[in-house]
Amino acid sequence: MHRLDARRLGRQALTFVLVVGALWGFWEAFRVLGEASGLRIGQFHPDDRTMPHIHDMFGQFFEPSRRNGPLLISVLWDAALFTAKEALLGFLMGAAAGFVLAVLLAHSRLLERGLLPFIVASQTIPILAIAPMVVVWLQKGSFAVSVIAAYLTFFPVTINTLRGLLSANPSALELMRSYAANKWAVLWKVRVPASMPYFFTALKVSATASVVGAIIGELPSSIQGGLGGAILNFNQYYLSSPPSLWATIIVASLLGIVFFGAVALAERLVVRRAPENVA
Amino acid sequence: MTKADAAVAIRGVTKDFGEVRALEDIDLEVYAGEFVSLIGPSGCGKSTLLRVIGDLVQPTRGEAFVNGKAAHQARLDRDYGIVFQDAVLYDWRTVSKNIALPLEMLGWDRAKRAARVRELTELVELTGFESHHPWQLSGGMQQRVSIARALSFEPAILLMDEPFGALDEMTRERLNMELLQIWERSKSTIVFVTHSIPEAVFLSTRVVVMSARPGRIAGVVEVDLPQPRSAESREEPRFFELVTEVRERLRAVGGLPSGPDRIAESAK
Repeated sequence: MHRLDARRLGRQALTFVLVVGALWGFWEAFRVLGEASGLRIGQFHPDDRTMPHIHDMFGQFFEPSRRNGPLLISVLWDAALFTAKEALLGFLMGAAAGFVLAVLLAHSRLLERGLLPFIVASQTIPILAIAPMVVVWLQKGSFAVSVIAAYLTFFPVTINTLRGLLSANPSALELMRSYAANKWAVLWKVRVPASMPYFFTALKVSATASVVGAIIGELPSSIQGGLGGAILNFNQYYLSSPPSLWATIIVASLLGIVFFGAVALAERLVVRRAPENVA
Repeated sequence: MTKADAAVAIRGVTKDFGEVRALEDIDLEVYAGEFVSLIGPSGCGKSTLLRVIGDLVQPTRGEAFVNGKAAHQARLDRDYGIVFQDAVLYDWRTVSKNIALPLEMLGWDRAKRAARVRELTELVELTGFESHHPWQLSGGMQQRVSIARALSFEPAILLMDEPFGALDEMTRERLNMELLQIWERSKSTIVFVTHSIPEAVFLSTRVVVMSARPGRIAGVVEVDLPQPRSAESREEPRFFELVTEVRERLRAVGGLPSGPDRIAESAK
């Protein structure tokens, strides 16, 4: 039952190219026309510093990242891999923790009412305040970064999976009672499968959140090897090469997109539902 | 016949849902191999009674016995299979895996399950659809999967709650026929809740008519049509007599309108 026919893919690819092209066009048009006409919006005016040309951004990949240094693209590739590893570990830990927490809350109204307010409150504390605290507790290093990424990951997973676990059709539960099923059987045969669409929706959100968490997590640890370090570095030296920072941002978002795509692919394989029921 | 011979015995069952009395003082016996229909107006408690038999609802007073045991024990021993009006199939499982669900619960090994599923798929005439998912099937086909699933572990008793209620007339008649064939082959006892008088008469050995508010047994009609029944049975004079008899009983308990057209009268 493969929904990957060539025509549909072709149309999706074409739409994607057109949208990207349109956005590229708007950027360049705004930059060129804005600069030519001397446009000012408050303190903002388009020029090489505020809005580098997009072809300059892509061109920057093939320039040395610093005098006599390696090419930017190779530096950013290494940084992306570095951050990706941290983000992946954080994503997996957060997803597992979120899932287990959801199962616990689904089975105990007492726990749910008791813990949920704290779980929600935990997400209202700014990550920039939590990150240095985690580094203090766990010492500097990649693991602390993963924990910070996990912190941003577990919440959507918990909330959505809980909803999914409780969404099981009451008739389906009555059917299981007619089989004298115990709580474990009901959990694994009914509730967990029923929660899968919700779980994967949350994972999609968490996929990008874990990348963001990892990048931010690198900051208080002063980790040089990842995208966080690269962003800080190119921000500090922005004026000497504005396109470098933009190039870094492009790479960071590509990393997020790759994570998201991987989750979407996994969803295709795992979640079997009527097509109109998949979020 | 003593209580011990009855496949299902209900003694003085009363069920209240808060202020509402759904069932009052129900006494009923269903003997092994019978096909008994419960029919009555909305609110007569027939679905509730079915669930009392299945220990899915506990009576406020009275007891239900299944296979000589308390209903609770019968449920734990998995003595019955149940079919609801909604097929209640799991979307994430194929037809085969849906049918195999109770067998998994019973701990059957893979080979045994596969063999039994194959038998049942043939029985309900769904060969070729084993790897389909529920959303790819019509309502009638989904209900057939639900019946196959209920029969998978060969329970002595089958409880059915308006299983064909959501289907069109033609599919319903066809499935009625299939159900009778299955009943003959499996020799199980069936308790069948329905809203349809012809269906009740066609399928059953006895029709139990219930009244509403509160739910009580108003009468029992013995269906003496010859077995095995066929499409022709529906055209026998005796069939119409029995349908009429059930209809009159229902009218007597207020399940159907009686007398001249009230709207015309009140317009005067």
